[in-house]
Amino acid sequence: MNSKTISIKELIESGNPPEILFWIGCAGSYDERYKKVTKSFVQILNELNINYGVLGKEEGCTGDPARRAGNEYLFQMQAINNINLLNTYNVKRIVTACPHCFNTIKNEYPALGGEYEVQHHSEFLEELLDEGKIQVEKSKEKITYHDSCYLGRANNIYSAPRKVIDSLKSDLIEMKRNKQNGLCCGAGGAQMFKEAEEGKKSINIERIEEAIDSGATTIASACPFCLTMMSDGIKEKNQEENIKTKDIVELLAENLKSKKQN
Amino acid sequence: MFGYLEQIVFIIIFSFFGFLIFRRSKTIYRNISLGKKEYKSFNNRSEKIKNVLLLALGQKKMFKKIIPAILHLLIYVGFILINIEVLEIILDGVFGTHRVFASIFNNSYHYVISFFEFLAILVIISCVFFSIRRNILKIDRFQKVELFGWPNLDANIILIAEIILMVAILTMNAADLSLQSVNSENYTKTGLFYFSNYLTPMLNGFDESQLIFIERTAWWIHIVGIFSFALYVTYSKHLHIFLAFPNTYHANNEPLGKMKNMPEITSEINMMLGDANNTEVQEQTINRFGAKDISDLSWKNLLDAYSCTECGRCTEECPANLTGKKLSPRKIMMDTRDRAEEYGKILDQNGNPEIKNFLLDSYVTREEINACTSCNACTEACPININPLEIILELRRYVALEESKAPNEWNMMFQNIETNFSPWKFPIEDRFKWNKENE
Repeated sequence: MNSKTISIKELIESGNPPEILFWIGCAGSYDERYKKVTKSFVQILNELNINYGVLGKEEGCTGDPARRAGNEYLFQMQAINNINLLNTYNVKRIVTACPHCFNTIKNEYPALGGEYEVQHHSEFLEELLDEGKIQVEKSKEKITYHDSCYLGRANNIYSAPRKVIDSLKSDLIEMKRNKQNGLCCGAGGAQMFKEAEEGKKSINIERIEEAIDSGATTIASACPFCLTMMSDGIKEKNQEENIKTKDIVELLAENLKSKKQN
Repeated sequence: MFGYLEQIVFIIIFSFFGFLIFRRSKTIYRNISLGKKEYKSFNNRSEKIKNVLLLALGQKKMFKKIIPAILHLLIYVGFILINIEVLEIILDGVFGTHRVFASIFNNSYHYVISFFEFLAILVIISCVFFSIRRNILKIDRFQKVELFGWPNLDANIILIAEIILMVAILTMNAADLSLQSVNSENYTKTGLFYFSNYLTPMLNGFDESQLIFIERTAWWIHIVGIFSFALYVTYSKHLHIFLAFPNTYHANNEPLGKMKNMPEITSEINMMLGDANNTEVQEQTINRFGAKDISDLSWKNLLDAYSCTECGRCTEECPANLTGKKLSPRKIMMDTRDRAEEYGKILDQNGNPEIKNFLLDSYVTREEINACTSCNACTEACPININPLEIILELRRYVALEESKAPNEWNMMFQNIETNFSPWKFPIEDRFKWNKENE
């Protein structure tokens, strides 16, 4: 990594308030696998000299899982704390690599006094690609994209992540159920944090079978929960040798042209 | 054509059904009004009208499945247009005339009626196909547990009733043609009806008085059938033929991911933080946090429930249901309507509805609501934008906020958020550690 990520507090103290706040999210901060996604995104931000900052240790859960599990009180406590912090730092624009954080900050914080321009990293990357700021090598992978419910149906973002994949000039293979009809990975609505109810099958297995059937060699996703569920499914199906699970920003970072020149 | 006695009988029957339908409609309106008043669509007027035109009138989302969409459209168009003939029948019944529109439409009357007959045949064909799909092909979404018993019978009764009504029209017209051909008094020449014409050979053996009897019987079966059907609909799952319109009108086009805010919690937190200025306490109107019963849901949730026709497109797409969990979004809607009915009945008997049964536990179990991934597949699938997810989340709110009985693992997650500001048990100190790690 060419430069370290600096917290918004330090940036403001040194008189350089950032234009963009990168909201990492809990998975991006703690989850071993998703930390790699955070680092890939940071790599691109740094490479393009984008003026951004992070909340660092001051960031706290948006409250999404608490709200979906019914604990409105805890959600609002989290939300109000976060909003106070964001407003103190005069944050105007937020980018995040988590669709759950994205949905909550974008759609639910305004009712509690937090109004920001919020982008998911897929939309942000799409903009950079459109502006020609990122050049990527062709990828040989056969990629399928698993829609995140909180990006797709919840916020109607279907084309941005697909455009990111298209930039790799690889074959994007659609699964049978895609876009509006995409099948959930099974982790939304706070399911990530408990065992599933009794049933015949795990939701992620139902989904991973569809992904395997598509013939893809890489399952791309754009959500930490989806990534976990897809990776677990691949492991359970003993397909780790044949199929990789990656976030869209990892695919970009791996194939950056400028990176290869360095 | 009619004697005065028949006119009086007709008017009595007509008024009787009118009265029953009116009374039942009032009950449904009252039951929907049992919900909280707070719901308000954020859509502006033109968005609301657009929703009605696209979803209810245009049936846009039905066309995700092309075959049932076409069959459904045929029945729908058939029923709306054939109502013009029902109007004629009512006028004839009240004023004692026969085919009163024949003199208005003149030479084109037989074309109009023939067109209706064409629609009637399409309706019959569609209903037969629907019965086959439901009962013989056993399409998966019609085989779920929540449909066993009454709901399945209800669906078949509606299909059969529609077939009977259409057969009655055709029989009535065929007998009319036969009577015209024997120059029967009162049966004025209308010109050929192109479809019922093919049925007339079956009536060849009957004399004039028998034909009149057949024509009159079919006439009465058709019109009393229509009245009975209209009344039956108000008690059945079939109310969507009316309620799809207000339901799409009042729907919300906000992002599906946005959860309804609870301002009463915000005021509690503000009070706790000592920010009294921001606090508009409305304690008197708040009974419970979240929903334990239908009275805690919004009137729109209840309108949703009465509008649901149990097509099961939601359940078919639900990831929990697909993988064998008990949750079925359709059942959530059916339970909500059934409970609203029960609730209303107890109120009508001057009882207290919230003693023995509640929506939660007596109808919807915790296992069902806990299985939801909030993926919005159900809301996306619903042709008329019914929202089962909102009801599920309101029930979860009651369980977590009023009872503190959320599943243990969720309680642990809550605790982690409270202490570490993360749903996982990691120390706050480590949150920014990724920045120091090498790739």
